[in-house]
Amino acid sequence: MVSLVPKSPCADLLPLAIAETTVSEVVPEAITLVAPFKGKKKTVSDALKAEVGVGFPAPGRMTGKQDARCIWVGPEQALVIGPAVSPDGAAVTDQSDGFAVIQITGPMAANALARLTPIDLRRDHFKPGHTARTLLNHMTCSITRLGAASFEILVFRSMAKTAVHELTEALKLLEGRAKLS
Amino acid sequence: MRITCPYCGERDIREFTYRGHALAIARPAPDAGEAAWDDYLHLRDNPAGATQDLWHHGPCGAWVIVDRDTVTHEVAGSKAVAEVKR
Repeated sequence: MVSLVPKSPCADLLPLAIAETTVSEVVPEAITLVAPFKGKKKTVSDALKAEVGVGFPAPGRMTGKQDARCIWVGPEQALVIGPAVSPDGAAVTDQSDGFAVIQITGPMAANALARLTPIDLRRDHFKPGHTARTLLNHMTCSITRLGAASFEILVFRSMAKTAVHELTEALKLLEGRAKLS
Repeated sequence: MRITCPYCGERDIREFTYRGHALAIARPAPDAGEAAWDDYLHLRDNPAGATQDLWHHGPCGAWVIVDRDTVTHEVAGSKAVAEVKR
């Protein structure tokens, strides 16, 4: 009998530390896509609050904290990252194995992302708790600001290696430029 | 060119895919007749000036109707297809 070993999406790739900035993987207990049926957003939000203590987020926002958070990912869709949930009144899909969750923290975090994404990451435009579906170079992703110099990036699991490569190259370039000046 | 996604706000053109004229969402009734269906499937205006397009915002998945000008490339406004009565 073959014994299979579970591996996280970035198991062989992270953590990294370049230019005092760290890139690390987060492996949550579960990732669940919650898509409320028409007119059921309030019911679903209340059910989520009862289950994990976070409500359904408005477009472009995250609710909750590190242990249980709900990230808006599209019209009438949000990902619950943390314990598995099953609220009534919504289409609920387990996507725990579908996403690579990468956090980038440090002085170069925003600058590295600015090289890869077309959105405005400045602090007064994109505050902690704000989230955006956008591009990380050529791949679609979800970027959420967790703190002043801390971001969470969600990409499809199959894109984990490419995402880490892009972030590594951006950080290396910034590190090299800092050495020159 | 920058387009405003009704959910995400103003975004760069590279996040969007062009999906043709917005009349694609005004599908005729199944029994509307050959002329109406021929018009719907094959005939398009080629305006110099104001037009309405469908764009798909890839990252969030929203379909967007964009009012824009083919001469000046000015984008006058946008709304979500989901919010439009059909």
